[in-house]
Amino acid sequence: MTPLSGYLLVAALLFAIGLAGALTRRNAILVLIGIELMLNAANLNLIAFWRYGPHPEALTGMMFAIFSIAVAAAEAAVGLGLVIQIHRHAQTTDLDAINRMKG
Amino acid sequence: MSFVLYILAALTVAGGLAAVLLKNTVHCALALTVAFAGLALLFLELDAQFAGFAQILIYIGAVAILVVFAILLTRGSETPKGSAYSHSPLVGLVIAACVFAVLGWAVLHSTAQLPPGTTSATPTVTVADIGNALMTRYVLPLEIVALLLTAALIGAVIVAMHEKEGSR
Amino acid sequence: MIEKADQIFVLLGHWLVSFLPAALQQPALVLLAVVAIIVTFPALFAITVLLERKGLGRMQNRYGPNRVGPYGLFQPVADGIKSLTKEDIVPLSADAVVHFLAPVLLVVVVFMGYAVLPIGRNMTLVNLDAGILFFFAIGASSELSVFMAGWSSRNKYSLLGAMRAVAQMISYEVPLLMSSLAVVMITGSLNANRIVDAQNQYTYGLPHWYIFTPWGFAGFLLFAVAATAETNRSPFDLPEGESELVAGYFTEYSGFKFALFFLGEYVGMMGISGLGTTLFLGGYSAPLQVLGFVPSWAWFIGKIMLSMCVFIWVRGTLPRLRQDQLMNFAWKFVLPLSLLNLFVAAAWRFMGQGFLRWVVCSAVLLIAYVVMARVGMKREHFGPRSYRYAE
Repeated sequence: MTPLSGYLLVAALLFAIGLAGALTRRNAILVLIGIELMLNAANLNLIAFWRYGPHPEALTGMMFAIFSIAVAAAEAAVGLGLVIQIHRHAQTTDLDAINRMKG
Repeated sequence: MSFVLYILAALTVAGGLAAVLLKNTVHCALALTVAFAGLALLFLELDAQFAGFAQILIYIGAVAILVVFAILLTRGSETPKGSAYSHSPLVGLVIAACVFAVLGWAVLHSTAQLPPGTTSATPTVTVADIGNALMTRYVLPLEIVALLLTAALIGAVIVAMHEKEGSR
Repeated sequence: MIEKADQIFVLLGHWLVSFLPAALQQPALVLLAVVAIIVTFPALFAITVLLERKGLGRMQNRYGPNRVGPYGLFQPVADGIKSLTKEDIVPLSADAVVHFLAPVLLVVVVFMGYAVLPIGRNMTLVNLDAGILFFFAIGASSELSVFMAGWSSRNKYSLLGAMRAVAQMISYEVPLLMSSLAVVMITGSLNANRIVDAQNQYTYGLPHWYIFTPWGFAGFLLFAVAATAETNRSPFDLPEGESELVAGYFTEYSGFKFALFFLGEYVGMMGISGLGTTLFLGGYSAPLQVLGFVPSWAWFIGKIMLSMCVFIWVRGTLPRLRQDQLMNFAWKFVLPLSLLNLFVAAAWRFMGQGFLRWVVCSAVLLIAYVVMARVGMKREHFGPRSYRYAE
């Protein structure tokens, strides 16, 4: 197994863990945690491909990862703001309990 | 596959698993930071110094703190009484397992060959190179990210501030 | 001779490892440097605590510790023995693992910051390309340990203190980074050694320290304010405001763990002083060219101790802020000024040599300072406070 496929396997495993968390947990914040894990797995892929790709000096994968980190920060801020707002509205963060379309 | 990679991968995956499996929400958030730290170390192992430090600064310094703040503000720091998982956890697990199976199969059976000689050479990328690239070739994405971050800042404040009339 | 005195620790280290086989020399040198850091800064911490207790005593018109040893000089030893022999109490309902990990994490993180600081000429442990970024990344992790301490204690005071501390540290981290960014921008490097080298030059025997420029002076003041808040020092010590919260996030800590928190706090203060020294005060360089014979590491330690004295002085002088004042100060005064400072630094860079840039840059900063202070004062309304909850 090459180092690249090692990193890719780790990333795939992390992505699957994040996906499982996002799909199975009740708490909205834990769903967000799962999504963060998936994003991070994607970042690991980008960095690994950058490192073992044919043109590491072009920096493309690295830049992609850096931008992705910045976007993830924005995503986390807005997502958690929404969770707080939902909690204020419904008095719960349990996603199974939040099942009304009408406020 | 070096020894260090095994350790870091184990750390990251263990953190991720704990973040998803633990019952107490705050423990999940703390485990998540372990996963973030493991990933940052993996980035460093991949010679991506800047990305690794940015990962620590943004994910551990900001996102993890935001998560624990949200947990405390939504009174979720106590261990939930009932099940922590949704009505149908099995479906989610199956989907995740399928995704992992497909990804793993693709990684292990990939026929794409890397050009020889690139796997061992360490790319010498300084922070100055990254800065130059950000200011020249990637200046448009940089500006868009700046716009996005400003929008997210304002949006998050407005979303979190909004309250019903006269409910103060 | 001067050269020898300057490099004494480097030479000593090389001499010590020369007894080892060649393969082990490099790791041994690193290990030796780590041990040196771990020994030196707690020793300075002991001196600082004594200074603080004595100095605060004088400021408050009392003696301070004067029982142990001559003039109370052995007080830190007595304190150390006391905290080591005290019973380690973990509250029954506390989360034992997290409760244990929090002080350990804080101390580890705080010491890691020293890895990139140039303590003297050729005395940087790891000469990282992104050293300043590393310092901030590591410093950001200390917020997590504060949160862990407060949450795991299962005590309302601890939790409130931790929430206050984390909110404050996050808020002041932004101006801290912004004011440092001006230096990084002018130097064109995130490497701490390069930043010191850029300041280690002299014109007419006077140093090129960044504090002696308009943007550098403003940046240093903003950095100092943000650093004081970042380390939870008075007047920004609401997280441990003893009149409201007992002792904040370490209320439930006793014995050795409390000592670790205490150590972490002071070593963190010294670390951030070291960063400020590196960024604005010329790091290990001498303040005058004629004083160049004094070893570089002595200057660095001296500057750190001087800033610790300023910390103590500020603590003895200023009253504690209120939470809303603290937040307003961060977001409505310090942050806009540090953003403006970035632009001023850019203008300084592109206005060329000469007298004009001094006038323009100083005027812009001064006017902004006065206007913002006035506007801030006018909008200050003294009435009943309105509270806002998440629910």
